[in-house]
Amino acid sequence: MTGTATPPAPVRKAYRNADEGVVGGVAAGLAEHLGMAVSTVRIGFIAATVIGGFGVMFYAALWMVLPVQRHFDDAAPGLAAVDRQGKRPRRMLKLADYGPLIALGALGLGICLLLAMVSGRGQFLVPVLLAVGGVAVLWRQADEAQRERWVDSTGRISLIRVVVGDGGPAPYLRLVIGVLMVGSAIIGVSVGGGGWGAVRDVGVATALGLLGIALITGPWLIRLTSDLGEERAERIRSQERADVAAHLHDSVLQTLTLIQKSAGDPSAVARLARAQERDLRSWLFDSAGGDTTTLAVALRALGGEVEDAYGVPVEVVCVGDRTVTEDLRALVLATREAVVNAARHSGAAKVDVYAEATARTIEIFVRDRGTGFDLDSVASDRHGVRDSIIERMRRHGGTAEIRSTPGSGTEVRLTQPTGSDSHG
Amino acid sequence: MARRSVVIVDDHAMFRAGVRAELGDAVEVIAEAANVDEAVAAVLAGQPEVVLLDVHLPGGGGAEVIRRTAGKAVDTKFLALSVSDAAEDVIGTIRSGARGYVTKSITGEELVDAIDRVAAGDAVFSPRLAGFVLDAFAGTIEVAAVDEDLDRLTDREREVMRLIARGYSYKEVAGELFISIKTVETHMGSVLRKLQLSSRHELTRWASERRLL
Repeated sequence: MTGTATPPAPVRKAYRNADEGVVGGVAAGLAEHLGMAVSTVRIGFIAATVIGGFGVMFYAALWMVLPVQRHFDDAAPGLAAVDRQGKRPRRMLKLADYGPLIALGALGLGICLLLAMVSGRGQFLVPVLLAVGGVAVLWRQADEAQRERWVDSTGRISLIRVVVGDGGPAPYLRLVIGVLMVGSAIIGVSVGGGGWGAVRDVGVATALGLLGIALITGPWLIRLTSDLGEERAERIRSQERADVAAHLHDSVLQTLTLIQKSAGDPSAVARLARAQERDLRSWLFDSAGGDTTTLAVALRALGGEVEDAYGVPVEVVCVGDRTVTEDLRALVLATREAVVNAARHSGAAKVDVYAEATARTIEIFVRDRGTGFDLDSVASDRHGVRDSIIERMRRHGGTAEIRSTPGSGTEVRLTQPTGSDSHG
Repeated sequence: MARRSVVIVDDHAMFRAGVRAELGDAVEVIAEAANVDEAVAAVLAGQPEVVLLDVHLPGGGGAEVIRRTAGKAVDTKFLALSVSDAAEDVIGTIRSGARGYVTKSITGEELVDAIDRVAAGDAVFSPRLAGFVLDAFAGTIEVAAVDEDLDRLTDREREVMRLIARGYSYKEVAGELFISIKTVETHMGSVLRKLQLSSRHELTRWASERRLL
């Protein structure tokens, strides 16, 4: 990772936001894309629907065209692998998850009843209901057919998997029910409307059927093309990952070799092992990875450096995070000095660093359980504590307080007020 | 002191053997299990005092074991033991009912101590875990609805968690705040209780927004 090269600005793409959505997540995704409030977008859709019915069409069109937002590029490889192997707790489905489905059903039923009442033709109610239900079932199916389920074990897109996904009884059942419902709706219309003249009825039914099929297959076809692009992007990404994995593998193997060679020197072994653990851990479980501009990453990095240099484990815990500005640089440097002091002089087995970034202040505590010292007795020609910590913090508008009890350790408390222009 | 009965759940045989060796005679290991089904069976059959539970397990993870034994092994406490200290794993496991969470770099002595504490009904919070808890509550408060007031930490609980996150032991926390160790443990208990009450979904979303997953 170069760190200095600025990555090209990502292309802004609109997605459906299935996590936040009520029906299809179109409004939520659109709101995110446009930087507007979700409620505004939803009201807009509803208004457009009430005024001319345009809202529904627009919504449906966007639902078909927009791909679902996926989160796969965010997970660190260790976490992603754990997910893939099913070693994670699954999210329990709650009743709330079925809310949109139930609401949709109720809405559809209501519309059908309304139509039946307005047109006064009760005999169409059941077929229309069936048709709407069938299309809804198939539509859900199409919507949930995620890209990965379309791909068979050889990595090719298989038509059967496109339709029924991973197999199992549920998709087949849904498919059968959907087709049955649509089919019986067509039959129902042509039989029930005997008074109208069978030819015209069948014609209408066929047109409806074709429309239904277009609705059913449309999203598949459209999303197939847009997903292929994502597929490729992910493949590139996973190749990248494979390269890094190979690289790490080498580094782990080399560390192990070094450990074998210096088996007689426990401190060297411990240092090597810890350095390697840190390296792997940050790669596997730390999504922030290469971004060195935030406080948490900076603190973890300095903890690692001190650990390597002095052989004392440094545990860093961060609550909240912040981009490191010029002012915060001083805070990081003061923290570094405090950690180095603790590692060098205290004789403690471990140094704890705790940072908490709130909207107004950043507080950092560096604590060791070492010998401790008396601040007043530090010779005046020693500049570490006074200049590097206390004075530096004061210059940048912060404070430093050092509490040390000989025998039970030292805690350095650094406080830096910040504006409320926080991020994160 | 009577030896605690323990079940070790981990999908790596080498690691189980290692833990067993580390624990030595301090506890009585009554069973080992390599996946969720085995673990559930072992816990139900053995009714151990403490289950050392790996967070990532074939078959649905450690949380699944807790869920499937809920109510059937009343005196069993779960102590998560994981190589991952990712926020989602830590918080997720605690929320399903684990009483503590330690990482695999823990020493044998510390592990025995943690087992003892968990078996006695206390919660074991490492500084990192306390950090996640603070982070979680700070984050959820912004998105939580008003009726989720229950989820908030009281000032005192927050103070206790901050001290734990700063690397203080329970005893040192008690000294710092002029309260008894018992009170510290009570606060820990209520933090745990609140964690399990609040909505799982919200937290996952919050964590993924901050790219913690």
